This record gives sequence, C-alpha cells and structure tokens, in this order.
Amino acid sequence: MALMEKFRKTDLYKSVFRHSYQDTQRNRALQIVDNVFLHLHPVRVPRHATNIGFTWGMGGITFLLFLVLTITGVILMFYYRPTAQYAYEDMKYLMNDVPFGPLMRNMHRWAAHAMVLTVMLHMFRVFLTGSYKPPRQFNWVVGVILLVLTLLLSFSGYLLPWDQLAIWAVTVGTNMARATPLLGHEGPFGAELGMRIDNDVRFVLLGGTEVAPPTLLRFYVGHCIFLPLIAVIFMAVHFWRVRKDGGISGPESKKNF
Amino acid sequence: MQQFLEIISKPDNIPIGLLLVGAIFFSWLAWTKARKNDLLDRPVEATMDDKVQVWPYLVRVEFLATIAVMAILVFWSVFLDAPLEEAANRALTPNPSKAPWYFLGLQELLVYFDPWIAGVVLPTLIIVGLMAVPYVDINPKGNGYYTFKERKFAILVYSFGFLVLWVSLIVLGTFMRGPGWNFFWPWERWDPHYVAVLTNVDLSEVLNIPTRLPDNSINPVAMIFGAVVVLGYYSIGPVYWILKRNTDLMQKLGLVRYAIVSFLLLTMGGVVIKIILRLAPTFLGMNPVKYVWVTPWFNI
Ligand code: HEM
Repeated sequence: MALMEKFRKTDLYKSVFRHSYQDTQRNRALQIVDNVFLHLHPVRVPRHATNIGFTWGMGGITFLLFLVLTITGVILMFYYRPTAQYAYEDMKYLMNDVPFGPLMRNMHRWAAHAMVLTVMLHMFRVFLTGSYKPPRQFNWVVGVILLVLTLLLSFSGYLLPWDQLAIWAVTVGTNMARATPLLGHEGPFGAELGMRIDNDVRFVLLGGTEVAPPTLLRFYVGHCIFLPLIAVIFMAVHFWRVRKDGGISGPESKKNF
Repeated sequence: MQQFLEIISKPDNIPIGLLLVGAIFFSWLAWTKARKNDLLDRPVEATMDDKVQVWPYLVRVEFLATIAVMAILVFWSVFLDAPLEEAANRALTPNPSKAPWYFLGLQELLVYFDPWIAGVVLPTLIIVGLMAVPYVDINPKGNGYYTFKERKFAILVYSFGFLVLWVSLIVLGTFMRGPGWNFFWPWERWDPHYVAVLTNVDLSEVLNIPTRLPDNSINPVAMIFGAVVVLGYYSIGPVYWILKRNTDLMQKLGLVRYAIVSFLLLTMGGVVIKIILRLAPTFLGMNPVKYVWVTPWFNI
C-alpha cells in the first residue's frame, strides 16, 4: 500500500489520472468531466433519468450493441473475402477451424438481431413518454434515420454468408425495388419512363439484374464502410442533441405542476 | 404442431419471440406507470427531479446493464450457432422464400397489396409518417412522463401501429405462412402441394360488375366504381374537416397538419380494411377480395 501511495505521487500516475479517487463531490464531477468517454454525460442529472424503469435503458443498450458489432465485425473481416468464390468457404472455415470463430460470428449475428429489437423498443419508450415533444422534435427525426440505418445495416449483413438463406432473403427483399413507382421497371409508370430490368433502381442496388457476385461486393462495402460511417455520424448528432435539448426528458416540474 | 415448434425455435426466429415478449412486457410496464401517474396530481417523475451525480448514480446503472447484456449475449452465442445453410444456389429456390424477420410484416403486406404499395409506398409512408409525428402532435401535455389520459389518441394510434400492424404481421408472416405463402394454422403441416381452393375476386365483382370485358380489356364501369370507392374513402378527410373546421382542436391543428394526419390515418385504416377484405371471406368460405380499384396502370 505504501508502494501504491508512492506510485500515486509519480509524474507518470498524475499525468494519467488528474485527480485523486477520494469520494468527494468534486472528484465525482471530475470523474465525468476529465474522461473523454464519460463526458458525454452531464455531471448531474435529475434522479428519474437514472431510473431504468423510466428509460428502459434501451437507447444505451442499442449503442452498446453497436459497439459490440463494430468490434466483432472487424474481427470477422480478417477472415472474410467478399467474392462469390470465397465468401461461403470463408464462413465454413470461420465456423469450423478459426479459434473463437463461431463465438465471434454468433455474437455478431445475435447482437445484430438484438439491436433491431432494442431500437424498436427504445422508440416505443420515447413515444410513450412523449419525449419527441418540444424541444426534442428534431432528435426524434434523427432517431427515425437511425432506425432506418439499423435495418439497412442488418439487411446488408444478411447477404454476406452467401448461403441459401442469405441470397433468397435478399432476393425477396430487393425484389420490391422492381415495383418502385416511376423508378422500377415493373412499377406504375416505370415502363413509360423507359425503365428496364437493366437500368432501374433495383439494378443500381444489386449491380446487376439478380443477386449475384457484384451484389455481394456492393452489400459488403455498404455494410462494412458506408452504412456504419453514416450511422456513427447520426449517433454523434443524436447524443449531442440529447444533451443540447436539456438532457433526458422529464416533466417540467416547477412550471406545470 | 411439431413443425410449428421447429419453425419457432429456428435460431433466426428467436428475435421474434423476444419481440413478442418485449412488446407485451414493456406495454404492461408503461401502462402500469401511466395508470399510476394518471391517478396522481403530479407524475412520479416530477417528484424525482432532485439532481443526483452521474458518477456513481448513472454510471453504475450503465455498468450493470452492460454486464447483463454482455452475459446474455455471450451465453446466447455459446449455446446457439448462427445458421449457415447450403452454399448459395440460384437454381434452387426455397419455398417459401422469406425476407429477414424484421421485414416480414412488409412481406406479409404483399398478400393484400401490389408490390409497389406494399414494398415501396407503405414503407416510405411509415418512415415519413414517423418523422412527422413531433410536428403534427401539437398536444403539449405528457412531455417527459408516462401518461395515458392526457394523450389517449396518440398512444392508441401508435400502439395499434406497432403492436397490431407491425409486430403481429411479423408473427403471422413468419409462423403461419408456408409454401406458396399459403396460410397454415400452427397445428397444420406445411404441405407444399396445398392449393388454395378459393379464387380471388375484385370488389366490383362482388356487386356483379365484371372487372374485365369479354375482350379482356378493363371494364370502364368497374374502373369508375373503384375510383369512386377509393377516392370516396379518402374524401372522409376533407369532409370531416369541413364539418369540424371551426372546433378548437381543428383551429389549433391547422389545415396542413390536419391534411397530413388525416391522410396517414386513412391510409393506415385502408391497410386494415384491405386485410379484412382479404382474410375475413376465407374464414366464411367466401371468395377473398383482391383489388378495390383496377386500372390499366396500377391496381389498388
Ligand atoms: C441506433 C439507434 C439509436 C441509438 C444508439 C440511440 C441512443 C439513444 C440514447 C443513448 C438516448 C438516451 C436516453 C435513452 O437511453 O433512452 C437516446 C434518447 C433519445 N432517442 Fe435515441 N437512439 C437510437 C434510435 C432512436 C430512434 C429510432 C428514435 C425515435 C424515432 C430515437 C429518439 C430519441 C429521442 C427523442 C431521445 C430523447 C429522449 C428523452 O430525452 O427522453 N432514438 N437515444
């Protein structure tokens, strides 16, 4: 212990931890403010905001799952090549021969499903507490965009194993695009506007007339780079706005009650 | 029944079970809290407005939640493998082919609408409609606490959309749609050779107006009939406005907001009506209604 005390006095220690750990009001505040991750939070919040029965913790859990997905996803990328020739073989290899491969893939898949679930429940909570009302209207809109991005992330990832489940689920999902009014070759007024199977929105989405190797590459790049990047940007805005709009919503106790 | 259990326990369908349980649990939780608040003169949240320090009071909750979520996730991942089927093969179409579970409500809508509506227009309206919510709901009450009595209409509409239209259509689409997207009760086997005996009819045909003329072109009378029905339905919006425009609520809402809300609500109601037109007759042994309005360019 004496050694620890000595260590706490070194320049090295003090350069990392800027305040002592003694339980004082001031240190509790510094704990939040001096930490880049924790300073997402205010120093103090109304008590109901720490009550899990109020927020259900669903927004936070959604974010946690996103972090889990980022880490397990990067690990999966080490073992996966997005070409029709290798994708499925790489999956087999991952599931059978890579140490902890199945654990990483399973965690990635189940966290993805769970994130879709928690984002829906988060939205349900925000609705039921009326938290989209002024001044939080815009953050609700940002939230809807995050919901769409979450679904797109999950859907684009579904194709990557390149097995029967993957290509047919994505075939069914993207077939809708044929029927887009004006922009799809089978949609109302599509043919009249010169849409064909090889130039409509579905063609752009798939990189071809059916779910084929170019689709795999397209979905891979979207899944691993484009969509996560956009999602991170919108999450940054979302969290920033939670703070700027006055923190977690609550009844304006003095004014209204 | 055994097949139903097999489908329900497919690894990729577990989230649907969780969604069902979660939706019911959280509806119950929110309902209990709302009831309690509605009986008080200040909501419980308003009595908890003293400030507490984030370290440790919030951070410890986050920490515990993180541990719980990670434990569940690791447990789930150790004991249940993500599915990996046969290698992709374009020549082998599974029957039924299903989208991922969260899109199955939309896929189920394909039974009731043409793809341009089910797959494009309705999803777009859902997204746009959700984004519009904060701007069309001008009720200032119930901001930041659970309540039911102060915002009955908003809560009923949202819960209906989420619980009935979104969640239960997902359940229907996943668990009760077999080969050929035919309907099967949980205790029935999915028979790939099952052929539906009932033929679809159009609404006009129920009233003995044939949709098509003998030369197979569209019967103008049927087309006009369809137009009258659909446009007549949507005109409930404007008519209601004219009748009620001087009320307090409508004055506050304003024409633009009212137009958006009434259009979205009527569309939501229209989805329900088409589902009923399609499903109810089958249970009565009558022919299901397919289209309400047939034109050379689009069908509704
Ligand atoms: C990737 C998806 C999302 C993430 C990671 C996320 C994260 C969060 C977090 C951590 C909070 C703080 C409070 C809480 O945990 O409940 C929050 C609040 C909020 N979220 Fe989200 N969210 C997401 C999607 C959405 C969606 C889909 C909506 C609604 C359409 C939404 C609307 C809001 C609003 C309005 C608040 C403020 C609530 C209040 O002050 O009580 N978010 N979000």
